[in-house]
Amino acid sequence: MKKGWYWIFLIFLYLNCSDDDTGYEPTPMPLNIPEIFSTNIIPPVIPSDNPQTVEGVALGKKLFFDTILSADGTKSCASCHSPQNAFTDNSPTSVGIDGIAGMRNSMPIFNLAWNDNERFNWDGSALSLERQAEEPVQNPIELHSNWDNVVDRLLAHPEYPELFELAFKTSTITKELTTKAIAQFERTLISANSKFDQYTLGEATLTAQELNGLNIFLREDKGDCFHCHGSPNSPLWTNNDFHNNGLDATFTDLGLGAVTGDPSDNGKFRTPSLRNLAYTAPYMHDGRFATLDEVIDHYSEGLQNSPTIDPLMKQIAQGGVQLTAQEKADLKAFLLTLSDTSFINNPEFQN
Amino acid sequence: MIRKILLQLCIVLCVFGCESDDSNSINTTQASPTFTFSHDWDGTPVSSSDFNNFIFTNANGETISIERLRYVISDIIFTANSGEALSINGHNLVDVTNDEGLSYTLPSTIPIGTFVNVSFTFGLDNEDNSQNLLDLNSANFNVPDVLGGGYHYMQFDGEFINSNMEEMGFNYHAIRAVDASDPDNLVFPEDTFFTVNLGSIPITSATEIEIKMNIAEWFKNPNLWDLNVYNQMLMPNATAQILMSENGRNVFSLGEVTQGTE
Repeated sequence: MKKGWYWIFLIFLYLNCSDDDTGYEPTPMPLNIPEIFSTNIIPPVIPSDNPQTVEGVALGKKLFFDTILSADGTKSCASCHSPQNAFTDNSPTSVGIDGIAGMRNSMPIFNLAWNDNERFNWDGSALSLERQAEEPVQNPIELHSNWDNVVDRLLAHPEYPELFELAFKTSTITKELTTKAIAQFERTLISANSKFDQYTLGEATLTAQELNGLNIFLREDKGDCFHCHGSPNSPLWTNNDFHNNGLDATFTDLGLGAVTGDPSDNGKFRTPSLRNLAYTAPYMHDGRFATLDEVIDHYSEGLQNSPTIDPLMKQIAQGGVQLTAQEKADLKAFLLTLSDTSFINNPEFQN
Repeated sequence: MIRKILLQLCIVLCVFGCESDDSNSINTTQASPTFTFSHDWDGTPVSSSDFNNFIFTNANGETISIERLRYVISDIIFTANSGEALSINGHNLVDVTNDEGLSYTLPSTIPIGTFVNVSFTFGLDNEDNSQNLLDLNSANFNVPDVLGGGYHYMQFDGEFINSNMEEMGFNYHAIRAVDASDPDNLVFPEDTFFTVNLGSIPITSATEIEIKMNIAEWFKNPNLWDLNVYNQMLMPNATAQILMSENGRNVFSLGEVTQGTE
């Protein structure tokens, strides 16, 4: 009987102390939230099962820029999401390792931690940033890999096993941990230092033309851009929602509708942020507009009616909101104040 | 001796491991009622699953499809028999499109008992509307400064069949009425937020109060709404805003009050 109690006690101690004998923990690395965000919008979404750590972010950055994720070792995430292009590329649709072009424009990557509706991609098909990173790796017209093979390559690599150990306290490399690391790095890609941000903080002035452009952006009877694209107090410059913005009368790409199966979602695509437009041409989900002028022309007189066009699109019968040439120029001048040079040149985000 | 010590240690560990948290014990004199929000069209229940279909007809005879409906309520006030009013600061964004905010539990407690009136504000009063409300900013619910600033009270978007038998969008957006014809001198002709009185409600430890919105009333009383006249770009239209506010006063009513058990 005496021995019985002894063993119960030992088992009790073992169960409480056996998790991690080394005591090592990755270093927490909370996001550095810019003032323009902390004073205006709610904190970002960080999954409880993937906290930001120094080691996780470093691993994610290395993976993001590493061609090891592609089947033939020729392309990485950064091939289509280049820092110099605010983490998109300059092609209408991106080309995979086999030289095949996809059907969508590469989306820029910044401020995604604040996408609190948790639908990613133009069509909302990925329900978290972690899951978003899975698909391009195995997509036959993108990196065309097989995740099992990717894991094998990472396991055989001279550095990655140790980096996973540091980031996640395990030498077992999995698809899930790989995408968790990439997502951690992507959440650090924060852009909030444009000329307009500095203006909002009282650190810069706008020209008369830029201010007039802002006025057009915010007036419901002019550009009426703010209902989908934010405002000075909603400084993501996207509502992270999905809209049919009148690009086509009939759809070759159903967008959100193909994901939800709801015909009323046909032709809807995610609202992109207007930040960093100077670096992200061409525009729209299929990269159909080469210039910002073409985009503004579309909303001014190029709208196409369809059953699911958003009610926020105005004067559809006339093709749009009918801006004058001067108003278009002013609006463009304002939009370019949302460019954040410090973001695309941030050494933390370079390979 | 060792056996006794081990036994005592195990007992102590068990006791501490199983102790209930006294701080969570039920307070029998205070409660946080829950408000739920339901929607109908002249008595026919409406939810997001009914959106994007031309299944509604307004009082003026226009066929309507609802695409988006979200609105803010704020400042719930409980008035006691003595006349004392307990005002709960806070607001709730009801997003019917995405089935969010349809249930709102008060962020603070009130005494249990019967109140002679419970009321709330549709939209935000001018003081609240001038605050920087981070959740509404994140929801992109702002009104630009050139239109008076603050927030929408309601975004109600959809399409209707116009007099030319064409589908046309409408944006029934309620905000603080403003005359912005002189951008340097905005004029606010009258308040367009309003108080909704629900009447006497008994509050127990687990009261749930249903607030009903008859969406059809936005087009009906006292102003028959002609969507061919008022459809889009209504935010800078102070006249339209005042008409909306007048109609809105007939939109809400008290639904079921349930007294659950905890």
